[in-house]
Amino acid sequence: MAELDINDAVMTTRLDAVVNWGRKNSLWPMPFGVACCAIEFMSMMSSKYDLARFGAEAMRFSPRQSDMMLILGTITNKMAPVLRTIYAQMAEPKWVISVGVCASSGGMYRTYATLQGVDRVIPVDVYVPGCPPRPESIIYGVMKLQEKIEKESLSMRKDHIARFYDSLARQESIQAEKGLTSQQTIREMLMDAGERGVGTIF
Amino acid sequence: MVIEHIDAQIPGAILDRHDFRGDQTIVVAKETLLALVDLLHGEGFQFLVDITAVDWPERPNIQGGGAAGRFDVVYHWLNLASQERLRVKVPVADGATVPTLTGRFKTADWFEREVFDLFGIRFEGHPNMKRLLTWDDFPGHALRKDFPLDGGDVFCMEGCTAPYNNGERGGE
Repeated sequence: MAELDINDAVMTTRLDAVVNWGRKNSLWPMPFGVACCAIEFMSMMSSKYDLARFGAEAMRFSPRQSDMMLILGTITNKMAPVLRTIYAQMAEPKWVISVGVCASSGGMYRTYATLQGVDRVIPVDVYVPGCPPRPESIIYGVMKLQEKIEKESLSMRKDHIARFYDSLARQESIQAEKGLTSQQTIREMLMDAGERGVGTIF
Repeated sequence: MVIEHIDAQIPGAILDRHDFRGDQTIVVAKETLLALVDLLHGEGFQFLVDITAVDWPERPNIQGGGAAGRFDVVYHWLNLASQERLRVKVPVADGATVPTLTGRFKTADWFEREVFDLFGIRFEGHPNMKRLLTWDDFPGHALRKDFPLDGGDVFCMEGCTAPYNNGERGGE
Protein backbone atom coordinates (compact mmCIF):
# COMPACT_ATOMS: atom_id res chain seq x y z
CA MET A 1 0.00 0.00 0.00
CA ALA A 2 1.38 3.31 -1.12
CA GLU A 3 2.02 5.91 1.47
CA LEU A 4 -0.50 8.75 1.53
CA ASP A 5 1.03 12.21 1.62
CA ILE A 6 -1.13 14.46 3.78
CA ASN A 7 -0.40 17.42 1.51
CA ASP A 8 -2.12 15.70 -1.43
CA ALA A 9 -5.28 14.90 0.55
CA VAL A 10 -5.85 18.01 2.69
CA MET A 11 -5.96 21.66 1.83
CA THR A 12 -6.01 24.43 4.42
CA THR A 13 -8.10 27.54 3.82
CA ARG A 14 -10.18 30.11 5.65
CA LEU A 15 -13.82 29.40 6.42
CA ASP A 16 -14.91 32.64 4.72
CA ALA A 17 -13.11 31.70 1.54
CA VAL A 18 -14.56 28.23 1.18
CA VAL A 19 -18.12 29.21 2.12
CA ASN A 20 -18.08 32.22 -0.14
CA TRP A 21 -16.71 30.09 -2.99
CA GLY A 22 -19.81 27.95 -2.61
CA ARG A 23 -22.16 30.91 -2.32
CA LYS A 24 -20.89 32.78 -5.33
CA ASN A 25 -21.23 29.80 -7.64
CA SER A 26 -24.76 28.85 -6.62
CA LEU A 27 -26.78 32.05 -6.68
CA TRP A 28 -30.53 31.49 -7.00
CA PRO A 29 -31.95 34.52 -8.79
CA MET A 30 -35.43 35.91 -8.30
CA PRO A 31 -36.61 38.44 -10.89
CA PHE A 32 -38.53 41.40 -9.48
CA GLY A 33 -39.58 42.29 -13.01
CA VAL A 34 -41.76 45.37 -13.32
CA ALA A 35 -40.66 46.96 -16.61
CA CYS A 36 -38.67 46.51 -19.82
CA CYS A 37 -35.47 45.45 -17.99
CA ALA A 38 -37.31 42.19 -17.28
CA ILE A 39 -37.40 41.49 -21.02
CA GLU A 40 -33.59 41.77 -21.14
CA PHE A 41 -33.48 39.49 -18.12
CA MET A 42 -35.47 36.81 -19.99
CA SER A 43 -32.93 37.00 -22.78
CA MET A 44 -30.10 36.75 -20.27
CA MET A 45 -31.56 33.62 -18.68
CA SER A 46 -32.31 31.80 -21.93
CA SER A 47 -30.02 29.92 -24.28
CA LYS A 48 -28.22 32.69 -26.16
CA TYR A 49 -26.70 34.45 -23.13
CA ASP A 50 -27.31 31.64 -20.61
CA LEU A 51 -26.75 32.69 -17.03
CA ALA A 52 -26.39 28.96 -16.15
CA ARG A 53 -22.73 29.35 -17.13
CA PHE A 54 -22.29 31.28 -13.88
CA GLY A 55 -24.06 28.77 -11.66
CA ALA A 56 -27.21 30.87 -11.38
CA GLU A 57 -29.66 28.93 -13.53
CA ALA A 58 -32.08 27.97 -10.72
CA MET A 59 -34.52 30.84 -11.19
CA ARG A 60 -37.28 30.94 -8.61
CA PHE A 61 -40.35 33.14 -8.48
CA SER A 62 -40.70 32.78 -4.74
CA PRO A 63 -38.56 34.91 -2.42
CA ARG A 64 -38.41 31.98 0.04
CA GLN A 65 -36.40 29.93 -2.45
CA SER A 66 -33.96 32.50 -3.78
CA ASP A 67 -31.03 34.55 -2.53
CA MET A 68 -30.30 37.01 -5.33
CA MET A 69 -32.99 39.53 -6.17
CA LEU A 70 -32.74 41.36 -9.48
CA ILE A 71 -34.85 44.51 -9.49
CA LEU A 72 -35.80 44.95 -13.12
CA GLY A 73 -37.66 48.18 -13.65
CA THR A 74 -39.31 51.26 -12.17
CA ILE A 75 -40.29 50.99 -8.52
CA THR A 76 -43.07 53.37 -7.54
CA ASN A 77 -43.55 54.76 -4.05
CA LYS A 78 -46.67 52.64 -3.84
CA MET A 79 -44.59 49.53 -4.56
CA ALA A 80 -41.85 50.32 -2.00
CA PRO A 81 -43.47 48.51 0.98
CA VAL A 82 -44.01 45.43 -1.20
CA LEU A 83 -40.36 45.45 -2.25
CA ARG A 84 -39.28 45.63 1.39
CA THR A 85 -41.55 42.75 2.37
CA ILE A 86 -40.28 40.58 -0.47
CA TYR A 87 -36.67 41.35 0.39
CA ALA A 88 -37.37 40.44 4.01
CA GLN A 89 -38.85 37.11 2.92
CA MET A 90 -35.81 35.98 0.95
CA ALA A 91 -33.54 33.21 2.22
CA GLU A 92 -30.35 34.40 3.93
CA PRO A 93 -27.70 35.28 2.99
CA LYS A 94 -29.17 37.48 0.27
CA TRP A 95 -27.96 39.92 -2.33
CA VAL A 96 -29.64 42.54 -4.50
CA ILE A 97 -28.78 43.73 -8.00
CA SER A 98 -30.47 46.93 -9.13
CA VAL A 99 -30.84 46.60 -12.89
CA GLY A 100 -31.31 49.71 -15.02
CA VAL A 101 -31.47 53.41 -14.23
CA CYS A 102 -35.08 53.40 -12.97
CA ALA A 103 -34.32 50.98 -10.15
CA SER A 104 -30.96 52.60 -9.43
CA SER A 105 -31.98 56.27 -9.30
CA GLY A 106 -35.53 56.74 -10.55
CA GLY A 107 -34.09 57.33 -14.03
CA MET A 108 -36.13 59.64 -16.18
CA TYR A 109 -39.09 59.47 -13.80
CA ARG A 110 -38.39 62.32 -11.42
CA THR A 111 -41.93 62.55 -10.12
CA TYR A 112 -44.03 62.22 -7.00
CA ALA A 113 -44.93 58.67 -8.03
CA THR A 114 -41.50 57.11 -8.45
CA LEU A 115 -39.05 55.94 -5.82
CA GLN A 116 -35.77 57.74 -6.57
CA GLY A 117 -33.61 54.65 -6.27
CA VAL A 118 -34.37 51.35 -4.54
CA ASP A 119 -31.25 51.76 -2.38
CA ARG A 120 -33.28 54.16 -0.26
CA VAL A 121 -35.44 51.35 1.05
CA ILE A 122 -33.41 48.13 0.69
CA PRO A 123 -29.64 47.48 0.60
CA VAL A 124 -28.29 47.11 -2.94
CA ASP A 125 -25.03 45.34 -3.77
CA VAL A 126 -24.53 45.97 -7.48
CA TYR A 127 -26.00 48.61 -9.81
CA VAL A 128 -26.24 47.92 -13.53
CA PRO A 129 -26.58 51.08 -15.66
CA GLY A 130 -28.55 51.19 -18.91
CA CYS A 131 -32.07 51.87 -20.12
CA PRO A 132 -32.52 48.97 -20.39
CA PRO A 133 -29.08 47.36 -20.01
CA ARG A 134 -28.21 44.66 -22.53
CA PRO A 135 -28.04 41.05 -21.30
CA GLU A 136 -24.22 41.25 -21.34
CA SER A 137 -24.40 44.17 -18.91
CA ILE A 138 -26.61 42.28 -16.49
CA ILE A 139 -24.27 39.26 -16.70
CA TYR A 140 -21.38 41.62 -15.95
CA GLY A 141 -23.35 42.81 -12.92
CA VAL A 142 -23.74 39.22 -11.73
CA MET A 143 -20.00 38.65 -12.24
CA LYS A 144 -19.28 41.78 -10.18
CA LEU A 145 -21.55 40.42 -7.45
CA GLN A 146 -19.60 37.14 -7.53
CA GLU A 147 -16.36 39.09 -7.04
CA LYS A 148 -17.94 40.94 -4.15
CA ILE A 149 -19.17 37.73 -2.49
CA GLU A 150 -15.71 36.21 -2.85
CA LYS A 151 -14.17 39.06 -0.86
CA GLU A 152 -16.78 39.63 1.86
CA SER A 153 -16.75 38.25 5.39
CA LEU A 154 -19.60 36.10 6.68
CA SER A 155 -20.28 38.19 9.76
CA MET A 156 -20.37 41.45 7.80
CA ARG A 157 -23.05 40.05 5.50
CA LYS A 158 -25.04 38.92 8.51
CA ASP A 159 -24.85 42.36 10.17
CA HIS A 160 -25.71 44.03 6.89
CA ILE A 161 -28.96 42.07 6.66
CA ALA A 162 -29.70 42.50 10.38
CA ARG A 163 -29.67 46.29 9.95
CA PHE A 164 -32.43 45.94 7.39
CA TYR A 165 -34.57 43.87 9.77
CA ASP A 166 -34.16 46.60 12.40
CA SER A 167 -35.53 49.16 9.97
CA LEU A 168 -38.45 46.87 9.15
CA ALA A 169 -39.33 46.62 12.83
CA ARG A 170 -39.05 50.41 13.11
CA GLN A 171 -41.35 50.80 10.09
CA GLU A 172 -43.95 48.54 11.67
CA SER A 173 -43.87 50.35 14.99
CA ILE A 174 -44.20 53.80 13.33
CA GLN A 175 -47.05 52.49 11.21
CA ALA A 176 -48.94 51.11 14.20
CA GLU A 177 -48.22 54.17 16.34
CA LYS A 178 -49.34 56.79 13.80
CA GLY A 179 -51.99 54.72 12.04
CA LEU A 180 -50.59 55.41 8.56
CA THR A 181 -50.57 53.33 5.41
CA SER A 182 -47.30 51.49 4.74
CA GLN A 183 -46.58 53.79 1.79
CA GLN A 184 -46.93 56.92 3.90
CA THR A 185 -44.83 55.36 6.66
CA ILE A 186 -41.95 54.78 4.24
CA ARG A 187 -42.40 58.27 2.86
CA GLU A 188 -42.15 59.79 6.34
CA MET A 189 -39.12 57.65 7.15
CA LEU A 190 -37.49 58.85 3.91
CA MET A 191 -38.27 62.50 4.69
CA ASP A 192 -36.84 62.07 8.16
CA ALA A 193 -33.71 60.39 6.77
CA GLY A 194 -33.31 63.23 4.29
CA GLU A 195 -33.55 65.86 7.03
CA ARG A 196 -30.80 64.05 8.91
CA GLY A 197 -28.68 63.93 5.76
CA VAL A 198 -28.84 60.14 5.50
CA GLY A 199 -29.60 58.61 2.13
CA THR A 200 -31.41 55.50 3.31
CA ILE A 201 -34.01 54.31 5.81
CA PHE A 202 -32.24 51.11 6.87
CA MET B 1 -76.40 68.27 -34.82
CA VAL B 2 -76.59 67.63 -31.12
CA ILE B 3 -75.62 71.16 -30.09
CA GLU B 4 -78.68 72.62 -31.86
CA HIS B 5 -80.83 70.09 -30.00
CA ILE B 6 -79.31 71.13 -26.67
CA ASP B 7 -79.94 74.78 -27.49
CA ALA B 8 -83.54 73.99 -28.36
CA GLN B 9 -84.31 71.77 -25.36
CA ILE B 10 -82.28 73.40 -22.56
CA PRO B 11 -82.06 77.05 -23.64
CA GLY B 12 -79.18 78.93 -22.11
CA ALA B 13 -77.38 75.79 -20.91
CA ILE B 14 -74.38 76.29 -23.16
CA LEU B 15 -72.24 79.06 -21.68
CA ASP B 16 -69.52 78.86 -24.32
CA ARG B 17 -68.68 76.73 -27.32
CA HIS B 18 -65.96 76.22 -29.83
CA ASP B 19 -65.19 73.94 -32.70
CA PHE B 20 -61.70 72.90 -33.75
CA ARG B 21 -61.54 70.86 -36.98
CA GLY B 22 -64.89 69.27 -36.25
CA ASP B 23 -64.16 68.69 -32.55
CA GLN B 24 -67.13 70.14 -30.70
CA THR B 25 -66.60 71.59 -27.24
CA ILE B 26 -69.27 73.12 -25.02
CA VAL B 27 -69.05 74.68 -21.57
CA VAL B 28 -71.98 74.19 -19.20
CA ALA B 29 -72.64 75.09 -15.58
CA LYS B 30 -72.61 72.23 -13.09
CA GLU B 31 -76.27 72.93 -12.23
CA THR B 32 -77.37 71.96 -15.75
CA LEU B 33 -74.97 69.00 -16.09
CA LEU B 34 -77.38 66.22 -15.11
CA ALA B 35 -80.16 67.50 -17.41
CA LEU B 36 -77.62 67.73 -20.22
CA VAL B 37 -76.37 64.19 -19.60
CA ASP B 38 -79.91 62.83 -19.81
CA LEU B 39 -80.41 64.66 -23.08
CA LEU B 40 -77.11 63.44 -24.50
CA HIS B 41 -77.88 59.87 -23.50
CA GLY B 42 -81.19 60.09 -25.34
CA GLU B 43 -79.41 61.50 -28.40
CA GLY B 44 -77.13 58.47 -28.56
CA PHE B 45 -74.05 59.75 -26.73
CA GLN B 46 -73.90 56.58 -24.66
CA PHE B 47 -70.16 55.98 -24.46
CA LEU B 48 -68.44 58.09 -21.79
CA VAL B 49 -64.86 57.95 -23.05
CA ASP B 50 -63.11 59.87 -20.30
CA ILE B 51 -63.46 62.26 -17.40
CA THR B 52 -60.51 64.45 -16.55
CA ALA B 53 -59.84 67.93 -15.22
CA VAL B 54 -57.66 70.97 -15.86
CA ASP B 55 -56.18 73.20 -13.17
CA TRP B 56 -56.12 76.95 -13.94
CA PRO B 57 -54.33 78.41 -10.88
CA GLU B 58 -54.43 81.94 -12.34
CA ARG B 59 -58.24 81.97 -12.50
CA PRO B 60 -59.95 83.47 -9.42
CA ASN B 61 -61.39 80.72 -7.28
CA ILE B 62 -64.95 82.02 -7.17
CA GLN B 63 -67.95 80.75 -9.01
CA GLY B 64 -70.94 82.48 -10.56
CA GLY B 65 -71.32 85.87 -12.22
CA GLY B 66 -69.01 85.15 -15.12
CA ALA B 67 -66.21 83.76 -12.92
CA ALA B 68 -65.46 80.13 -13.57
CA GLY B 69 -63.49 78.90 -10.56
CA ARG B 70 -60.16 77.18 -10.48
CA PHE B 71 -60.86 73.89 -12.28
CA ASP B 72 -62.48 72.63 -15.45
CA VAL B 73 -63.89 69.11 -15.26
CA VAL B 74 -63.81 67.73 -18.80
CA TYR B 75 -66.10 64.96 -20.10
CA HIS B 76 -65.68 63.23 -23.44
CA TRP B 77 -68.59 61.47 -25.07
CA LEU B 78 -68.80 59.32 -28.20
CA ASN B 79 -71.96 58.60 -30.13
CA LEU B 80 -71.39 55.02 -31.28
CA ALA B 81 -74.11 55.19 -33.95
CA SER B 82 -73.05 58.40 -35.67
CA GLN B 83 -69.38 58.42 -34.54
CA GLU B 84 -69.82 62.01 -33.33
CA ARG B 85 -67.72 63.15 -30.40
CA LEU B 86 -68.55 65.86 -27.87
CA ARG B 87 -66.42 67.45 -25.19
CA VAL B 88 -68.20 69.04 -22.23
CA LYS B 89 -66.38 71.31 -19.80
CA VAL B 90 -67.79 72.11 -16.38
CA PRO B 91 -66.03 74.92 -14.47
CA VAL B 92 -65.83 74.35 -10.75
CA ALA B 93 -64.25 76.24 -7.86
CA ASP B 94 -61.76 74.64 -5.47
CA GLY B 95 -63.77 73.14 -2.61
CA ALA B 96 -67.02 72.96 -4.60
CA THR B 97 -68.55 69.65 -5.70
CA VAL B 98 -69.76 68.38 -9.06
CA PRO B 99 -72.76 66.00 -9.39
CA THR B 100 -71.69 62.42 -10.02
CA LEU B 101 -72.54 60.60 -13.26
CA THR B 102 -72.31 57.13 -11.70
CA GLY B 103 -76.10 56.80 -11.82
CA ARG B 104 -76.07 57.01 -15.63
CA PHE B 105 -72.60 55.67 -16.52
CA LYS B 106 -70.93 52.87 -14.54
CA THR B 107 -67.57 53.84 -15.98
CA ALA B 108 -67.80 57.23 -14.27
CA ASP B 109 -67.04 55.54 -10.93
CA TRP B 110 -63.27 55.14 -11.39
CA PHE B 111 -62.93 58.23 -13.62
CA GLU B 112 -64.37 60.39 -10.88
CA ARG B 113 -62.22 58.72 -8.24
CA GLU B 114 -59.15 59.45 -10.36
CA VAL B 115 -60.14 63.11 -10.73
CA PHE B 116 -60.72 63.31 -6.98
CA ASP B 117 -57.37 61.65 -6.29
CA LEU B 118 -55.28 63.85 -8.55
CA PHE B 119 -57.18 67.18 -8.38
CA GLY B 120 -59.15 67.05 -5.14
CA ILE B 121 -62.51 67.74 -6.80
CA ARG B 122 -65.32 65.94 -4.98
CA PHE B 123 -68.27 64.39 -6.78
CA GLU B 124 -71.58 64.70 -5.00
CA GLY B 125 -73.46 61.41 -4.67
CA HIS B 126 -70.54 59.17 -5.63
CA PRO B 127 -70.89 55.80 -3.85
CA ASN B 128 -67.19 55.40 -2.99
CA MET B 129 -65.31 58.70 -3.07
CA LYS B 130 -61.84 57.35 -2.24
CA ARG B 131 -58.47 57.84 -3.90
CA LEU B 132 -57.86 55.57 -6.86
CA LEU B 133 -54.13 55.76 -7.69
CA THR B 134 -52.16 57.20 -4.78
CA TRP B 135 -52.38 55.82 -1.27
CA ASP B 136 -55.14 56.82 1.14
CA ASP B 137 -53.10 59.27 3.24
CA PHE B 138 -51.11 60.76 0.33
CA PRO B 139 -50.39 64.41 1.11
CA GLY B 140 -52.08 66.73 -1.41
CA HIS B 141 -53.38 66.16 -4.92
CA ALA B 142 -50.66 65.41 -7.43
CA LEU B 143 -51.92 67.01 -10.66
CA ARG B 144 -52.64 70.42 -9.15
CA LYS B 145 -50.19 72.89 -10.58
CA ASP B 146 -49.02 74.06 -7.15
CA PHE B 147 -48.05 70.50 -6.24
CA PRO B 148 -44.27 70.09 -6.53
CA LEU B 149 -43.41 67.79 -9.41
CA ASP B 150 -41.21 65.57 -7.26
CA GLY B 151 -43.83 65.39 -4.52
CA GLY B 152 -41.80 67.51 -2.10
CA ASP B 153 -39.05 64.89 -2.06
CA VAL B 154 -36.46 66.01 0.48
CA PHE B 155 -33.68 64.37 -1.51
CA CYS B 156 -34.39 66.54 -4.55
CA MET B 157 -33.74 69.94 -2.96
CA GLU B 158 -31.24 71.10 -5.56
CA GLY B 159 -32.42 71.73 -9.08
CA CYS B 160 -36.09 71.21 -8.23
CA THR B 161 -37.92 73.14 -10.92
CA ALA B 162 -41.53 72.37 -10.15
CA PRO B 163 -43.79 75.09 -11.57
CA TYR B 164 -45.60 77.63 -9.38
CA ASN B 165 -43.41 77.20 -6.34
CA ASN B 166 -40.17 78.80 -7.56
CA GLY B 167 -38.21 75.71 -6.73
CA GLU B 168 -39.12 75.91 -3.06
CA ARG B 169 -40.55 73.12 -1.04
CA GLY B 170 -44.27 73.58 -0.74
CA GLY B 171 -47.60 72.37 -1.95
CA GLU B 172 -50.01 70.84 0.44
